[in-house]
Amino acid sequence: MLTKLHEKNKLQLFFGFIAGLCFGLFLHKGGVTKYDVIIGQLLLKDFTVLKVMMSAVITGMVGIYAMKALGWVKLHPKPGSIGSSLLGGLLFGVGFATLGYCPGTVAGALGNGYLDAAVGIAGMLIGAGLYAAFFPKIKQSILSKGDFGDVTIPRLLKVNEWFVIIPLGILLFVLLKWIESKGL
Amino acid sequence: MEWFLEARWSPYAAGIGIGVLSWLTFLLSDKPIGCSTAFARTSGMIEKIFRGEKVDLKPYYQQFKPVVDWEWMLVLGIVPGAFISAVLSSDFHWQWIPGAWAAAFGSVLWIRLLVALIGGVFLGLGSRWAGGCTSGHGISGTLQLALGSWLAAICFFIGGIGAAFLIYHVIGG
Repeated sequence: MLTKLHEKNKLQLFFGFIAGLCFGLFLHKGGVTKYDVIIGQLLLKDFTVLKVMMSAVITGMVGIYAMKALGWVKLHPKPGSIGSSLLGGLLFGVGFATLGYCPGTVAGALGNGYLDAAVGIAGMLIGAGLYAAFFPKIKQSILSKGDFGDVTIPRLLKVNEWFVIIPLGILLFVLLKWIESKGL
Repeated sequence: MEWFLEARWSPYAAGIGIGVLSWLTFLLSDKPIGCSTAFARTSGMIEKIFRGEKVDLKPYYQQFKPVVDWEWMLVLGIVPGAFISAVLSSDFHWQWIPGAWAAAFGSVLWIRLLVALIGGVFLGLGSRWAGGCTSGHGISGTLQLALGSWLAAICFFIGGIGAAFLIYHVIGG
């Protein structure tokens, strides 16, 4: 692990910015900075969003688990619970369809010149502020419901990681082939 | 370099690019790509302008401090990244109302902006409630095989598809 590099705080902020430049470029080239593409996905007419996401997941999953096996990287799985992941996920979905961008693509949309994205960002800042205000009230009651922590699927199934990675990679690949065969 | 000047790539090329980028962020920065905490931190920074230092004491902001961090810089970088890509491929243009919206609901500006604002509120609230967004859970979390991220990502699309059908086929239908 490049621990010394990770500790250089100012350099890391610069790396974050460079990673953002690349991410913004890929989001634009992928077409997902556009409302029409995102709403087309949610209306199940245009599967560009899932194509971008699934090919990123297959590539990222294989590379990151390979680097983990070499001891080059460590994982950072986020914790989850039914109250948080399911309810929060559904609320997010409503916002995703209503705004027509998500938190990353909304920044890309702004870079593309789409000004409704700027209003969306203002809304997101309000929403995040509301969440910060409500957080102490829902923390114990809702968010802790059905808590399963930061478990990963291989740990849950108690199997070697590659017994999940390889079948899942193939499954996502077959799903993409099927989407292509339907002309979506 | 001609491919660099094209407005759209194959979605698979863009996706593989994002996958490789995530290798680099794990390796060089020990960070998964994610976007939504940057908005929460910014919201805290703005609240501090009006309410002062006591905002730092809010339990949520003790967990996610209202400061500029790696992920905040990443979100900041997305704007010029997309801008440069759009300009170089002659795809940059100012636009208030997206085409698909205008075709279904007309070109009344305040209606689109009001809906975008409401959508943004849900997105900001929901992403923090779920602890991540389409990048943090949908790509970085699922590729690490985190159970919570898979559940959240599936719910993003269930909620999103449900709401999109309601907006376009029930309200607009």
